[in-house]
Amino acid sequence: MLSRVANTLYWMVRYVERADNLARLIDVNQQLLLDSERLDSERLRGFWQPIILSTGDEESFSTLYDEAGSAEVIRYLTDDPRNPNSITSCIALARENARTVRDQLSDELWEELNALYLFTRSDEASRLIHSDPPRYYGNVRRSAVTFLGIAASTTSRDEDWDFMELGRHLERADKTTRFLDVASYLPASADAAQPAVLHWSAILRSCGALGAFRAFERTITARGVVDFLVFSKTFPRSVRYCVERTDVCLHRISGTPRGTFCNDAERETGRLLADLNFGVTDEAFAHGLHDYLDALQGRFNRIGDAVFESFVLMPERIQVCPAAEFRSSSALAAWQMQQQQQQQ
Amino acid sequence: MEMFKGYDPGGFYDEMFGADGAVRSHCAPLLRKFGQLDEKDFLARKANSELYFLRQGITFNVYHDDRGTERIFPFDPVPRVIPAGEWEHLEAGLTQRIVALNLFLHDVYHDQQILKDEVIPRFYVEQAKHYRPEFRGVDVPADIYIHICGSDLIRGADGDYYVLEDNGRCPSGASYLLENRNALKRAFPGLFQEMGVRPVDSYPRDLLNMLHHISPGRDDHPVCVLLTPGCHNSAYFEHCYLAREMGIDIVEGGDLVVVENFVHMRTTRGLKRVDVIYRRIDDDFIDPVVFRKDSVLGVPGLMNAYRAGNVALANAVGTGVADDKVIYHFVPRMIEYYLGQKPILKNVPTYLASEEADLKFILGHLPELVVKAANESGGYGMLMGPSASKAEIDKFRELITADPRNYIAQPVISLSRAPTWCDGAMEGRHIDLRPYIIYGNDVKIVPGGLTRVALTKDSLVVNSSQGGGSKDTWVLRH
Repeated sequence: MLSRVANTLYWMVRYVERADNLARLIDVNQQLLLDSERLDSERLRGFWQPIILSTGDEESFSTLYDEAGSAEVIRYLTDDPRNPNSITSCIALARENARTVRDQLSDELWEELNALYLFTRSDEASRLIHSDPPRYYGNVRRSAVTFLGIAASTTSRDEDWDFMELGRHLERADKTTRFLDVASYLPASADAAQPAVLHWSAILRSCGALGAFRAFERTITARGVVDFLVFSKTFPRSVRYCVERTDVCLHRISGTPRGTFCNDAERETGRLLADLNFGVTDEAFAHGLHDYLDALQGRFNRIGDAVFESFVLMPERIQVCPAAEFRSSSALAAWQMQQQQQQQ
Repeated sequence: MEMFKGYDPGGFYDEMFGADGAVRSHCAPLLRKFGQLDEKDFLARKANSELYFLRQGITFNVYHDDRGTERIFPFDPVPRVIPAGEWEHLEAGLTQRIVALNLFLHDVYHDQQILKDEVIPRFYVEQAKHYRPEFRGVDVPADIYIHICGSDLIRGADGDYYVLEDNGRCPSGASYLLENRNALKRAFPGLFQEMGVRPVDSYPRDLLNMLHHISPGRDDHPVCVLLTPGCHNSAYFEHCYLAREMGIDIVEGGDLVVVENFVHMRTTRGLKRVDVIYRRIDDDFIDPVVFRKDSVLGVPGLMNAYRAGNVALANAVGTGVADDKVIYHFVPRMIEYYLGQKPILKNVPTYLASEEADLKFILGHLPELVVKAANESGGYGMLMGPSASKAEIDKFRELITADPRNYIAQPVISLSRAPTWCDGAMEGRHIDLRPYIIYGNDVKIVPGGLTRVALTKDSLVVNSSQGGGSKDTWVLRH
């Protein structure tokens, strides 16, 4: 398949997955807030700050907002067009990607994503965010899940599918580590106001893992949750599971047997998978949970970069490109030229 | 019949009603079907068809809108009906025309016999903006230049069809023709029963067969691609739609590389050779080595591969010379010159500003004429004399005097009208017709075409960029 198309499908699914995860994160924490006693603004900040920190966007947030109260954080993560990672931005980007490969998608798949996009831009959506947030986030999540379901039932199991799966699992692994990371930012004082178990169960619920976890362990403890969300071999949002799927997809694409590698993406993934397969929860806590999770995120990024290098950039194959010096790299110029093309 | 009660043809040629107000016989069954719908039902179904377009993303971008607003191309659910006999006549005329245009392009890019015989003044061809002298002597695959032609037809007060222009570069709109049919079938299935409407779904197949036909030939499975300027182009939806219907890859310039005069696309498994390119990029942008150096949309080296005969392009490079509105004037002469036949379809009478007598006439009659720049499309660069202000007329007077080669004028043809649902009532609106002619192994014309409607009352401009909409077009079997 075309390299550009592979890259676009990968990002389309990544953005949908990202929006879905964000919707879970906000929804769960908003509900958690309902359980707490009245919080003063300091406590409120203490509640939301970890969530912003865990998304990795704290710099962008603090340039846009002075306060980290509920309204600001929710606005920023949900429908602030200035945040490229807000839910509405993610959906718009996913749709933009879908538009450029529209010919590769089933009608139903496109329609679902387009409907979600139209919803996030509708007046109804802006109203629901304030008046009935669970409904808003519920709509986003249902639609995102429907999208993935339609993708699963209408996409041939060939490279198209493998690149979509790559995007989904890398994004999922990343988000699971970020949800866990919320715990590392909790201020010590929060423990007094909120029992830790509430926070850990919120993390499980953000990952849709509460039920699955309970079937596996009765009491909710930090170790138990980390063990489950990082090392579970069977839970579909655990880091290990996602990395395993990534490894499977990469080898299906290349045709190389698993356990070997023929490109950097496979090598990075294989190595990470071995660490997870043979790792134990103690390692995660040995140097502090945050550092451990941060290192994982760095490795996901390296895998993502290697996928791009191996299948899209292909530097070893494209040096033969005459007159490359004529190509202006300005996106604006390209945009203008695309529009100028007269279609009679 | 309720909805058509009080409908007034208004003294124009109306597609559904005669001058006496009686329904034309080929429209009578359709009118009866509409009579069975009450207005509420009609409106609900109309809204349904609009939702279909929105959900399918069949929209065009509204430029200069930073929210990136997309609008649907307005769709009117009352179809335009063409009886079988009329269509036969159109088919014969359009076929004759595309054959003559292709003979002309071959001639202009080879021996230029038509210029030597002074049937068309040499000056007009050589001064045409889209003439590509650098391609003289180049043989193109299958010797076809215009593979897809989207001629615009209008109907005057007498009911006769006229060719308004031949779009032989990148005619667009075929996807709307196909989707209009889909939308109408979904929303008003009852209308189609027992009407004998000819299907239109062969278009993508015909297009693909044509692309296969012009492949420079390696084996029986040529690799065809559709080259798009990208997703910000107004016709991007159409590019995707057609590529998908044909089952071919849609590529951007950056997806293609030329290696040793062969074109390849960059795939996840390395480079893959390409044989045929259905390109929706203008000549100017297609290869920065040969044409516009700053083009970021094109493929460097593509023209070398093309010249070497290693890749086919549809449409060929340089067809724009036949699109020049001055050259248009000479199409009937081409038909007589190359085919020895009388033109079946009429041209609109055209005055050339660079002919002295014509110029004098044009300048003396600007308020009655339509003036057009020779190389613009989409309703731009145009003066509608009767509705223009004095300032606009003065502006065109200057433009014409400064560059007469670039202007033509035509009498105002009061396009035929068709009943169209306009805010609560059925009213007459002016329409045109764009059939799509495919020239491959033989000439194929999908029955009907895209009927465009000027939705603004009394407007004669049907372009979507200027507030136009469209209708489904029915060609009847009998």
